[in-house]
Amino acid sequence: MNNAEILIIDDEPQIRKLLEITLESNDYRVWQAATGKEGILMAANHTPELILLDLGLPDKSGHEVLKELRTWYNKSIIILSVQNTENDIITALDNGATDYLTKPFRTGELLARIRSSIRRHMSEENNNLIICGELQIDLVARIVKQNDEIVKLTSTEYNLMALFAKNEGRVLTHQFILREIWGFNYQTETQYLRVFIGTLRKKIELIPNQPRHIITENGVGYRFT
Amino acid sequence: MLVLIVAFVAFLTQKVVGYIGTALMLLVVVSLLAITFEIMPVLLAAILSALVLNFFFIPPLYTFHIDNSEDILLFLMFIVIALINAVLTNRIRKVEKIARDKEEKENSIRLYNTLLNSLSHELRTPISTILGAVDIIKENREKLSVKQRDELLTEIGTASIRLNHQVDNLLNMNRLETGMLKLKLDWCDINELIYSVIQKLDLTTKKNNLKFKDNDQLPLVKLDSGLMEHVFYNILNNAILYTPEYSTITIEVSYNNDMLRIVISDDGNGFPESEIPFLFEKFYRLPHTKTGGSGLGLSISKGYIEAHNGTIIAENNIPTGAKFTMDIPVESSFINNLKNE
Repeated sequence: MNNAEILIIDDEPQIRKLLEITLESNDYRVWQAATGKEGILMAANHTPELILLDLGLPDKSGHEVLKELRTWYNKSIIILSVQNTENDIITALDNGATDYLTKPFRTGELLARIRSSIRRHMSEENNNLIICGELQIDLVARIVKQNDEIVKLTSTEYNLMALFAKNEGRVLTHQFILREIWGFNYQTETQYLRVFIGTLRKKIELIPNQPRHIITENGVGYRFT
Repeated sequence: MLVLIVAFVAFLTQKVVGYIGTALMLLVVVSLLAITFEIMPVLLAAILSALVLNFFFIPPLYTFHIDNSEDILLFLMFIVIALINAVLTNRIRKVEKIARDKEEKENSIRLYNTLLNSLSHELRTPISTILGAVDIIKENREKLSVKQRDELLTEIGTASIRLNHQVDNLLNMNRLETGMLKLKLDWCDINELIYSVIQKLDLTTKKNNLKFKDNDQLPLVKLDSGLMEHVFYNILNNAILYTPEYSTITIEVSYNNDMLRIVISDDGNGFPESEIPFLFEKFYRLPHTKTGGSGLGLSISKGYIEAHNGTIIAENNIPTGAKFTMDIPVESSFINNLKNE
């Protein structure tokens, strides 16, 4: 599954160099672009498996590049951004980014995100049994098992669990989850979400206070791993 | 105005003091005015008082005409002295103002230099570590043992994290000071928030005992969770850095009447009483403590708490150790009876 092609769109030569070495030493093939225009052109020519897109580009904003790419490109796009910009991240995720990393990031984290994004895209078609450590989520039988024992969930809790499972490894913004589970009018009712995440964690996490599956991404949303 | 009042008083008393006495009284008034007012009103007062003196007091009365050569001399001298008075006083004030400005400027330069010094120290230390380690690794590729090389790489990593942390702190400080900080209030489970901070703390290097008494009775509260995460992290990280090994750090949360209270205490050595008022100052560091912190953590924490209209107090714990008490007014929501089906 390696030898996958990855396109880097970032105007900083140092970051590109670092990413190039990291990715090539992990058997990915790398394309590089320094501007948004060049990036869109390269994406069209090579249709890479994944795009790493920096939000701060010299010619046009990363958000515009993302929107333009999303009109035809349906594989993974991981956003690179600087810290303390939760609003940018939320906007990018809402505009179809697959995931995000804040600079400075550790290369181990980067590679893990790339692997999980590519894997998710490959297996996106009808995978009805999701296994995550000791957890099994059966989307057909609508059952969640922990160490082969069925976990009793309410229907809302199950819906939440299924949403997470279908988006394993991916950050889901608060608004997205609220919209999917409770509907459009509940987008700002984050207190519902807090309560349900709390009860869900008590049921599926081995140590609810040190969650391993439902990870809080402060200010952005939750990630299921 | 004052000139006229004094002139009126003088008019009533002139039988007693004579018009020379009136002239002296008016001079005193002009001098007093010169101390408090700008040059233009003072000059105006000087001329007005000269005219009043002439018109009402110097015979023949109620004309601007003066007969007596002595009186002409008196009148001219009055004008000259009043004007000189006004001008001189004004000049003295100008010189004073320049001196004061200069001193203020010097003070702010001194403060700026102190900030700049500690800042460049905080930034350069990790940078020199990184550059030095890179040089050694490049130049002594063969001579270094694997263990030595790994140690250097670890140093580079630690220094970079410290550098990044410092830059974060500076940006946050700047946002606080320029008023660019906008709270993003959202419902937040304070127990969850504190547990997530605890997970981020590096508890591996020191054997501290961290006790968090989580509180099931807490409602959800509206806070900027990103900022509060910073606050808890800074205070807990300080507690870990500056307490002896095997110290116990305790976190307690409570809620009463729309006030959220968080108390973080330890049983370490506490603060010297005399230093407590300075703990929250920028780049302040307790004397004789090891480096490693940024010198900004506590002042940023205080800024964040105050942005929530809350308060933070540092004091010594009883019997020993440090104690931080934070009180924050919050909007709360008890929706534990939410329909869950």
